[in-house]
Amino acid sequence: MRLAYLIGLIVTVWTGTASSLDVEEYKRLEGTGERVLRILSTGDLALFSPFLASFHARNPQISIEYSVVSSGELHRAIRDGANVDVAISSAMDLQFQLVNDGLAKSYRSAQTASLPDWARWRDQIFAFTAEPAVVVISAERFQGLPIPETRQEVISVLRDNPDRFKGAIGTYDVRDSGLGYLFATQEARSTDAYWRLSEVLGRLAPRLYCCSGQMIEDVANGQLALAYNVLGSYAAEQAANETSGRVQILRMQDFSNVILRTAIIPATAQNIAAAGAFVDGLIAAGQGNRPGSWALPLLDHTPETTSPGFGPIRLGPALMIYLDPLNKRAFLEEWENAMVQRQTP
Amino acid sequence: MIATTSLGRKLTLLLAGVAALLSVLSWSMVTGLARQAAERTQDNVLSASVTTIAETLRTEQGEVRLELPYSAFSMLGAISQDRVFYKVVAGSRLLTGYADLQVPSGYGPDQGPGRVRFATGSYLGEDIRMASLTRFVQAGNSPVPVTVTVAQTRYGIGAITSDLSRHAAGLSIAFFLVAAGLTSLVARASLRPLKTITADVARRGPADLSPLHHKAPAELAPLLDALNRLMVRLGQSIRRSEDFIAEAAHRVRTPLATVRVQAEILLRATTGDAERQRLRQMIRAVDESSRSAGQLLDHATVVYRAEALARDPVDLGEVARQCAHALEPTAAMRDIALRIETQRAIVRGDPILIDNALRNILDNAIKYSPDDTTVTVRVLKDVETVRVSVTDQGPGLGNGAVEHLTERFRRGCNVEGIVGSGLGLTIAEAAIQAHGGRLELGKGPEGQGACVSLILSA
Repeated sequence: MRLAYLIGLIVTVWTGTASSLDVEEYKRLEGTGERVLRILSTGDLALFSPFLASFHARNPQISIEYSVVSSGELHRAIRDGANVDVAISSAMDLQFQLVNDGLAKSYRSAQTASLPDWARWRDQIFAFTAEPAVVVISAERFQGLPIPETRQEVISVLRDNPDRFKGAIGTYDVRDSGLGYLFATQEARSTDAYWRLSEVLGRLAPRLYCCSGQMIEDVANGQLALAYNVLGSYAAEQAANETSGRVQILRMQDFSNVILRTAIIPATAQNIAAAGAFVDGLIAAGQGNRPGSWALPLLDHTPETTSPGFGPIRLGPALMIYLDPLNKRAFLEEWENAMVQRQTP
Repeated sequence: MIATTSLGRKLTLLLAGVAALLSVLSWSMVTGLARQAAERTQDNVLSASVTTIAETLRTEQGEVRLELPYSAFSMLGAISQDRVFYKVVAGSRLLTGYADLQVPSGYGPDQGPGRVRFATGSYLGEDIRMASLTRFVQAGNSPVPVTVTVAQTRYGIGAITSDLSRHAAGLSIAFFLVAAGLTSLVARASLRPLKTITADVARRGPADLSPLHHKAPAELAPLLDALNRLMVRLGQSIRRSEDFIAEAAHRVRTPLATVRVQAEILLRATTGDAERQRLRQMIRAVDESSRSAGQLLDHATVVYRAEALARDPVDLGEVARQCAHALEPTAAMRDIALRIETQRAIVRGDPILIDNALRNILDNAIKYSPDDTTVTVRVLKDVETVRVSVTDQGPGLGNGAVEHLTERFRRGCNVEGIVGSGLGLTIAEAAIQAHGGRLELGKGPEGQGACVSLILSA
């Protein structure tokens, strides 16, 4: 794994700016002062723009550079010592590993102290949203079928209607997407229905995606009937834009992953004061103190009550288990066996 | 006497010092134990984690395989927020984990394959605790030693230790405060016998030299003994000097009587005025000396008899009458009338001493009265006390402090020209005090003259 990073480093010839990254979206807000706050994030601009604008209004002297990258890219960049002041990612495991390996700075403030214990670790990683994984379906394509509420029901409805769903199921390509891998491993650990469902999906020639946004788009435009394990925040935003009611969000009742979107201040951060202020802003917004500028779910302080029995994935060293190369290889093998091999029967 | 630091304070300080020392000791012990306990907990969890991982070791087609179980790390995260590092090495080949984690190789004396061994080291600039377990796995033809190591930083231990240490410090301070409070109580309690004895000695009358009978703690018994012995010696010494004075007085009195008789004879035989005048002066001086000697003897008698006081019934009325009778001639010489108002009043005591006391008072009264006046002796009886008062019409006791008049050789300030030794009231008071009574000095009726009263319990 480390060797791969090294090769990546040599190939990309890191220059310390975001330019050599595979940046999906980029936004710069010009400030009145000299300082530039460099943010690397997996969160789409559509979701974060209102918050960025509000933060910029509060701190007009700070210039903000906001780059959207994939979680794997982000992880690699921080590991290689990129010039980044705040790293935001929904891939908790990768973020946690950065902290565990000593690549994050400690930061303490009244805001971080207001976080519950489960939403921070060692004052180095801070959760500011709790976002469930959901199933998104196209109401159109599901016409006449019962709406499934559990994985077992999803399995049944897919198995009973192979023709209708063949090639119309979308899910993360866990080989590419850090978040997809996190969802898959946590689900495999928590419910035995995961592998059965993967088998069923594999037989239906699933389409594999890198990101939630595209999956939801494809559900909205009718290309997909069902997208499995989509980040709820994106789905909710999409659904809000849709007035036709074609996109329907389902939260599985048997089990549902809740991930914490987290921020860290990398050890190489230059602009620590601004980074701290930004993290404070995220935490305040995540606790509902910045209404109007927040398009993401809130960090609920009592996760036990949000839905029966399903707390967020715990921030802790156990997150690193599936990042172990041996474990990852074993998991991906099994996943490919279930998902990809059957794609072409 | 120079008072150095108070014994009680010294004791309190000493005990408080001991309590402080114990508090600090107990605090450091608790802190040490807390750290040990926290370290042991971490070792146990690390041991469980490494064992869980080692249990997944297996071979597949000659290859060593393992999978890290989720629980192996989640248990590490359950106790503290410590960073986790791990490494699995088969033979000399890294299977997975942090390649640059330095694991001490080799086994201790009581360790071997299959046993978890612990080591402390550092990684990425942090202190870490490592647990390693080696298992032999059959790979190909030969068994390969596979070592699983799980390491954790030690922030949690520090946090737990400092937390417990803070609690222990609070408890130690509370313990010290309680101990210091008790200490001053203990010091006071252990010094109480000393205080009792001191108070007892201080309360004693000037002539009380009887031994102290106290239950004293072992440490104070020698002091008490020494004190008693000193008092015995003091008593003996006083008695010896009294004896000496009595003896001296006695020896002086007899030759003085002879000198006086001879001087009287010479006075009658002499006709020259100047010679007669000188002889009279001589007689007066002899009288004065004789009287002083007599009073010294009286005083010695009082002291001697008071030591082993007789308790016979004595009629004070009778004593007063006899006393007046005996001094009648002296009074008559100066035309002083003695009026006696007595009644029967029985007290218990030594008749000689009481007579002595009364005679001295009466003698004083006659001596200080001007010619042609009256001295009254009254015996009054009460329910509890008997009072014998002698009232004269003389100049009184003067305006000085009357209580000093009973001291030895102390005379009033208005007695110029009258022969006196200053022992009369001293003798009277000593005799009366030996009986448990007291002497009252005051003015006569209508503020004229002096009134001296003997008061004894009936």
